[in-house]
Amino acid sequence: MITLKAGRERSRGDARDHVAAAHAGKGMAPLTRITLFSLRHPFQAILAVGATIIAAILQLTIPRLLGQAIDQAHNVLSVAGDGAQEALLWTALTLLAASVARGLFTLVQNYFSESVGHHVGYELRLAFYDKVQRLSYSYHDRVHSGDLITIGLLDLDGLRMFFSTGLVRTILLVVLIGVGAWMLLSTDVLLGLLALSFVPFVAWRSSVAQLTLRATWLILQQKLSVLTRVMEENLGGIRVVRAFSGQKHELDKFDTASKAALELAHRRVRVRVKNTSMMTFSFFAAMGLVLWVGGNKVIAGEMTVGTLASFLTFMTILQMPVRQLGLMVNSYARASTCGERFYAFLDAPVEIEDKPGATPLKISNGVLRFEDVHFTYPGSTVPTLNGISFEAKAGQTIGIVGAPGSGKSTLAHLIPRFYDITSGRITLDGQEVRDVTLQSLRRSVAVVQQDTFLFTTTIENNIAYGDPWAKERKIERAAESAQLHNYIMGLPADYDTVVGERGVSLSGGQRQRLSIARSLVLKPAVMVFDDSTAAIDAGTEHRIRSAIRRFASDRITMIIAHRLSSLMHADLILFLEDGRIVERGTHEDLLAQGGRYRALYDLQTRPTDDLEAAQ
Amino acid sequence: MSVVDDESEVAAFPGQRPPRASVGSHRIEEEVFGKAYDPKTVRRIWAYVKPYRLKIYLAVAAVLIFTGTQLAIPLIIGNAIDTALVAGGDPNNLLWAVGAFAIAVLLNFGASWVQETQVGQVAEHVLFDMRRAMFAQLQRVSLSYMDRTEVGRLMSRLQGDVSAMQEFLETSVISVGDLVLLFGIVAVLLSLDPWLGLVTLITMPVLFIIRIFWLPPAKRAFWAAHETNSLTAGAMAEGINGVRTVQNLDRQKVNFDLYDDKAYQNLRIQLTGSKYAQVMVPIVDTLTGISMATVVVVGGAMVLNGALQVGVVVAFLFYVQRFFDPIRSLTMQYSIMQRAMTSGRRITEVLDLPTVIEDKSDAKVLTGEMDGSVEFRNVVFGYDPKRPVLKNVSFKVNPGETVAVIGPTGSGKTSAMALVHRFYEVQDGAVIVGGHDVRDVTQESLGEQVAMVLQEPFLFTGTIFENIRYNKASATREDVIAAAKAVGAHEFIDRFANGYDTMLEQRGSNLSLGQRQLLSFARALVADAKILVLDEATANIDSYTERQIQKALEILLKGRTGMVIAHRLATIRGADRIIVLQNGEKIEEGNHDQLMELGGLYSKLYNMNYASFDDIPDEMVAGTNARESST
Repeated sequence: MITLKAGRERSRGDARDHVAAAHAGKGMAPLTRITLFSLRHPFQAILAVGATIIAAILQLTIPRLLGQAIDQAHNVLSVAGDGAQEALLWTALTLLAASVARGLFTLVQNYFSESVGHHVGYELRLAFYDKVQRLSYSYHDRVHSGDLITIGLLDLDGLRMFFSTGLVRTILLVVLIGVGAWMLLSTDVLLGLLALSFVPFVAWRSSVAQLTLRATWLILQQKLSVLTRVMEENLGGIRVVRAFSGQKHELDKFDTASKAALELAHRRVRVRVKNTSMMTFSFFAAMGLVLWVGGNKVIAGEMTVGTLASFLTFMTILQMPVRQLGLMVNSYARASTCGERFYAFLDAPVEIEDKPGATPLKISNGVLRFEDVHFTYPGSTVPTLNGISFEAKAGQTIGIVGAPGSGKSTLAHLIPRFYDITSGRITLDGQEVRDVTLQSLRRSVAVVQQDTFLFTTTIENNIAYGDPWAKERKIERAAESAQLHNYIMGLPADYDTVVGERGVSLSGGQRQRLSIARSLVLKPAVMVFDDSTAAIDAGTEHRIRSAIRRFASDRITMIIAHRLSSLMHADLILFLEDGRIVERGTHEDLLAQGGRYRALYDLQTRPTDDLEAAQ
Repeated sequence: MSVVDDESEVAAFPGQRPPRASVGSHRIEEEVFGKAYDPKTVRRIWAYVKPYRLKIYLAVAAVLIFTGTQLAIPLIIGNAIDTALVAGGDPNNLLWAVGAFAIAVLLNFGASWVQETQVGQVAEHVLFDMRRAMFAQLQRVSLSYMDRTEVGRLMSRLQGDVSAMQEFLETSVISVGDLVLLFGIVAVLLSLDPWLGLVTLITMPVLFIIRIFWLPPAKRAFWAAHETNSLTAGAMAEGINGVRTVQNLDRQKVNFDLYDDKAYQNLRIQLTGSKYAQVMVPIVDTLTGISMATVVVVGGAMVLNGALQVGVVVAFLFYVQRFFDPIRSLTMQYSIMQRAMTSGRRITEVLDLPTVIEDKSDAKVLTGEMDGSVEFRNVVFGYDPKRPVLKNVSFKVNPGETVAVIGPTGSGKTSAMALVHRFYEVQDGAVIVGGHDVRDVTQESLGEQVAMVLQEPFLFTGTIFENIRYNKASATREDVIAAAKAVGAHEFIDRFANGYDTMLEQRGSNLSLGQRQLLSFARALVADAKILVLDEATANIDSYTERQIQKALEILLKGRTGMVIAHRLATIRGADRIIVLQNGEKIEEGNHDQLMELGGLYSKLYNMNYASFDDIPDEMVAGTNARESST
């Protein structure tokens, strides 16, 4: 792996330290918290700040030196001599030295403030990623994945840049404007005031413009995402569009979304242009005033030409940073809102964790027991499971049936602790699932879900997802059991074929088989099929089951399915209704009972007309 | 049973990266920097700029005025010093100078306003126009192309590539200004004093040469930074979207380490990028310093000798502070141009996609007056012409009749359905709808008379009402409600707080599969076509909803010609006639009783008593070699 080298350069503990540090400071204001976090790189931060101050002062000396040079060249017209030449040479050398030094210090300033930002970004990303993986199902049920991505990308960016675009820039501006103003005012109060007159106006306009632009930017993003959605849905549902000859309709939808975005984009251009033009104008207007008033002073003999020139140069130097005041204000606003969202996420409580002193699960006989299990989803008032009790022994198959919403999947999700039960007990070989380590529990209990998430990597890596150390033979065996091996061998690069979002796309049935293979690699003690064969035909499903049985006869298998043929061979079938087990027994028992299971069986095996006639 | 399999070496190498693991993808982006100038692409792109050319000309004129004032201001200041402020000058000239200054400033103000507004808006317009043209083209290109192409890839054309063009347009007008400014400064300096101008300008080619050497590695570094950034972001998104699987399979620790590697590598590459960007700062500052020092020493000496006026030196100093800006932005513009050309080429690729299926010039409009019959006459068809999916298939569906088409996976059922709607062109033979060859009528009118229900119910983000009505603009709210009632969807729609105005999130993910199915039925009902083509869903829906769907289907087919790819016995038995396809050939045809009597594949399958024909194991379908493909 190419990434191994990067891993060896650091000690493994670093990453964990960063994560811990990012969590520190709960309850602080976001700006304080990110500042303290940025200062975890004191050496780089001090270099950045120190260089900023020195570079700003050096920059301020340049107009002075230029003014001095002009006066030296100009004044000595009357008293020419070698001394004047020499003085000019000295000024020129100082000027050169100041320029070179300013360049070097600016380099240090920019590089190290960016470096702090990049380091902070790296560390926050680790903390974010770690948190995403820790938060349990119920958090991810509540929060939309798109919102999390926004927090992890945009909000994190706003926060990591705060050091360079907020703090360092503030110091730069304070020094430049502060020291610059002092230098100008101490030379000539009136002219200094005139020269600085554009500063408050530009600062105000620039801040207003940045804040307006940011607000409209957020709206524009929304409008653009509507446009993106229209395009994506159109391309994804192109068959429906064509089937209904909906091309015109789709173009209308596109135009509406597009026009809304375009209008806003135009408005943003106008806001930006209006402000930049006004800022430039006020700057030049102030310059004109300085030229007029200063010029008169020179004529009156109260001021030298060099001083006037240095005033004008001062103004040119101050212009850019003053315009950036808006960026600074924006950086504070952005870091503070982004920080609020980011830290709210980081501080979210992790609901499911190892108990202190949790021990690894030890599987001996392989007995799974549900004892009077009750469960209510967090935030809900209606219980989803009501007093579920049953026992499954190694080698047994448990079938679960019931209408949607009867609690079938929920029941399965409680075994590997995707959620914690409200009351009762779930035990594996006598050990309560909440008392053992999550890692050992989840390695022993595999839930094959209905929707299979494919990672953009090779088929091999996808199958070995839970056990990336697995040997090739083992991966192939799992694929064979899942009836996927032959298909894989027919692919262009067999097991090395890349699948997922940017690779070969698999059909629903193939995905489900891959998901089954993925679980088989783990050799779990309990395997739950959560409606995970819906897209696989019955014959293939049958072959998968016999293969699985051949390799692990001592495993507990739990099958949740709508298709009764999937589970009619189970040792025990549980019929769920509103979170309760209303019927239980084998297929034959339940058919004989003539209850709900029987009705469902009839519904699935006989044509509708016959049924209607029978009723 | 052991928890950790003995074959695994989890414990053997703590801290070591597992051999078969990665997070995110290692995708290498498509080529980004190509030729900087490609006349063919430029011509194509110009077609989109052309409608706005007056605005562009106006903007260029404004840029020239703007640049002119930038050049003039130091001159005015220098002139003011020399004519009014130095000994022997006329103080009244100061008034003239300030007046000239004021005019220059006003011109500058106006020109910058005009230039930026025009350029910004034209660039946005062109961006949106191009995107629309591409989108419109994609509505017409053949489905076989769409089948092969990932949506993500097309989206990056529609977004990334047009944005690159926009950036190029915005910066190129400004580049004109930069170019003029560059030559302007050179010309002004040389005309003010050729000797002083020459020595001052020596640093300019130096910077040019440095930047030529700096640019290629810097561009690579910036691009690498951009790339790893999006790869790291991709890994993060994957971690979020796949979090359930990650927890399910206990991959957190491995993923964290792998992500750490990726993020750390990203950090290193970002820092390299910063180094490349920042290294130019002291170089430019040093060169500026040299030029200023030169002006001070040489120009100062000339002033001392009386060979030069002091105002000229002041003007020189003003120019020197500015003269590296245009070089900087012009060299950056080169990269932007390279990217824009690549993007432009990709945009034209989309615009040039073949629209295989087009209306004939004399295509007729298929009206509701036609009888609604469908006929396949010796149809041969294949996605790959060498491997036909349908081999000489003929059958006729009479007006008002419902025909069930059945057959194992790969028998060509789905392809046959697609041909009725002319999604693809037949290789041989003809598909005849209402007495007309589908190639002789307009596609739009064909679409209005043939409604389709696909296996996967696809819904759009929007309200339930909008989804049912879809593009049948003439349908009223009452029509929509009536359709929903007819298919049995009204009940659950009514239970939502907002009823028919309920927003469907993410293509209806807040509905169950069965509910989505019912909505797609209602949509077909509202379309009110004479012919209905339906691909029955195979996915397992809970039995209660399934029954509702069966009932809805009957209503949907009433009074229409129906072709149904049927999977369920109930649907098949309810059909007037059954067509059995196998390996692209029609092998049996008739009603249930006839086929049972025939004792062929159908009767064999039926007698196995499975709930659905799809449940039948492949090996039991004698003589068929079911493939994993197409359907």
